[in-house]
Amino acid sequence: MSETTTSKHVSFLQYKGKYKGILGWILSTDHKRVGLLYLYTMLVFFSIAAILGLLMKIQLIAPGYTIMGPQTYNSMFTVHGIIMIFVIVVPGLPAVFGNFFLPLMIGAKDVAFPRLNLASWWLYVIGILVVLSSQFVGGWPDTGWTFYAPYSFRTPANVLPALFGAFIMGFSSILTGINFVVTIHRMRAPGMTWFKMPLFPWTLYATAWIQILATPVIGITLLLTVMERVLGVGVFDPTLGGDPILYQHLFWIYSHPAVYIMILPGMGAISEILPVFSRKRIYGYKAIVLSSLAIAFVGYFVWGHHMFTSGMSGRALYAFSFLTFLVAIPSAIKVFNWVATMHKGSLNLQTPFYWATSFIFVFMIGGLTGLVLGSLATNVHVHDTHFVVAHFHFIVFGGTGYAFMAALHYWFPKMFGRMYDASWANIGWATFFAGFLTLYLPMFALGLQGMPRRYYDYLPEFHTGNIISSLGAILMIAGALIIITNLVRSSRHGKKVTDKNPWGGKTLEWQTDTPPTLENWEEIPTITDSPYEYK
Amino acid sequence: MEKHEEHTAHVHRDDEGDKLGMWLFIFTELLLFGMLFLMYAVYRYRNPVAFQLGGDELDVFIGTFNTVILLISSATVAMSITAIQRGNKKQALILLGITLFIAVVFLVNKYFEWGAKIEYGFYPGSELLHELGHGTTLFFGLYYIMSGIHALHIIIGIGLFIYVATQIRSNKIHSTDYVWLENTGLYWHLVDLIWIFLFPLFYLIH
Repeated sequence: MSETTTSKHVSFLQYKGKYKGILGWILSTDHKRVGLLYLYTMLVFFSIAAILGLLMKIQLIAPGYTIMGPQTYNSMFTVHGIIMIFVIVVPGLPAVFGNFFLPLMIGAKDVAFPRLNLASWWLYVIGILVVLSSQFVGGWPDTGWTFYAPYSFRTPANVLPALFGAFIMGFSSILTGINFVVTIHRMRAPGMTWFKMPLFPWTLYATAWIQILATPVIGITLLLTVMERVLGVGVFDPTLGGDPILYQHLFWIYSHPAVYIMILPGMGAISEILPVFSRKRIYGYKAIVLSSLAIAFVGYFVWGHHMFTSGMSGRALYAFSFLTFLVAIPSAIKVFNWVATMHKGSLNLQTPFYWATSFIFVFMIGGLTGLVLGSLATNVHVHDTHFVVAHFHFIVFGGTGYAFMAALHYWFPKMFGRMYDASWANIGWATFFAGFLTLYLPMFALGLQGMPRRYYDYLPEFHTGNIISSLGAILMIAGALIIITNLVRSSRHGKKVTDKNPWGGKTLEWQTDTPPTLENWEEIPTITDSPYEYK
Repeated sequence: MEKHEEHTAHVHRDDEGDKLGMWLFIFTELLLFGMLFLMYAVYRYRNPVAFQLGGDELDVFIGTFNTVILLISSATVAMSITAIQRGNKKQALILLGITLFIAVVFLVNKYFEWGAKIEYGFYPGSELLHELGHGTTLFFGLYYIMSGIHALHIIIGIGLFIYVATQIRSNKIHSTDYVWLENTGLYWHLVDLIWIFLFPLFYLIH
């Protein structure tokens, strides 16, 4: 029996099961190991896509040919977009922190379908490899990550692997969504009623529904584009009677809700972090829950705002513009909740708190410039300019990316049983934040002056803004390097944490061992209180 | 190197949860086909005459025959679930066998149907479709896409039936643990349901 007692108390990092070494990870159905597998995969591919981004900014440091020609530039922004969207921000927080912390936060031993969960990771990796295989079998695609018809089946560049890869990753996303919805419905600890569930699981729940109900649309759209390219079935090809605008509709019916797949779990993570570092109850718990569900719901009906210049009836334009303004309201509600949570709190200035507050700052800039794009007249002026690029990097990178970093620092001790080096983490954050603003703020101005996106070249009058922006990119990458080096180093050599609850959090995951044991709980806890009771 | 005891969290059993998962998966399938139905609606609205003439080209007899046998197969898979609930393993296997057989017959019919159309020259990119114009091209494009993706679901269904049958034979699925069979049945009803919509849209509407 002595072996049984040791394995009950061994952490998931040390557990030795049927398989050894790396097989013990890539064949493990343990939700915590699957979460970390996603984290490591993302780290690798984020680095690749970030380097592509940096190379593009270096190309733009001066007009004309600097380090690459137009075709290389086109394939770079395409692959940068495909990796960043489909590999990093869409799976992002749900795949890493959702897998790791959802069962811990609702008092379960694992997700509902652990084997399916591992299969999702495998599909995800296969999808990535298929996308990147294009490099070796005919070159990179050049369509942009949106694969707009009819260019996506006319271009001589190699688009098929990217379409197939994105299709496979869609499966992975759907399976994760199904897994989370069932887990949340069926596996909450006794006493955890819906409104006693922490906010991060709530946002995962809203996200999972979008993953289930929107991803099939992109699946079939990508598949049809494959058929169009291979067989010429005609559905999107104007020379055969098809309608390329219909492609845009189908594409954005998924891809706009996908923006909320990206940001909602980030909002959930921020809602976990702020109460802990303000030592205060979250302000307006129910408002955050309901606004998350509202975002998920209204987010379905705003896809048309990507197509204001594509050709739509006037009535449709007004409707989509109105709905876009409507979806801003629940997002703004959350910002007020977060600020009110900090108000008169006893603030504990730690790295996760810095990331969380800077998240609010960049998210607001991103959100408010989104309204500029959502109103019809200004949209026409800035459509397809650098303004759009700056806006969505503020939301997707500034929003989701900052929330990811906040969550990573916040949960780091629980995941690895070690603490990151706080001063290096703060230096990294400050460098990154400064670089981020220097990189993207000038792009708003460039866009308003009329510099279009996706061009490898520009007119001389845009030179100043581009120099500032490119220098910002270098600064930001330097910050990212500091952060990643610090985290990777600390995960192996950082100060050991044995305290179950280093931050003094009130949610369930802080009641497990650090790092958690294989089955998380010896006894499933019973819940009596709401999750944020600071007295 | 010591080995720790087996990780047991994954053997947690929750039949209701498994069925909920299957229903969610069915939602995703409905959305996938829903977008195809949407495209059908758009293009039929724009090309009413060509779509009607296209429909006349299809063989109503084979279509009806396939509809009838698919409905019967939905019944047999449901009966197989009842049989396993009653603990009658042999009956469950026979009924599952009939379902599997019907699925194969459906595909054979589809093969001859498609074969005849392709022989006539109705296939994407053909000379004939080029002459007949945009509407007919779109009709047959959608016909091949939609019935093709449906046929792919039939093939996946056949794989599931074979897997479930081996599980029943080796007593892994039995009268108190049959959620795999039940979920396979749910999936098969979905495949059937989608065909019930495809059949009139392509073969019957005038």
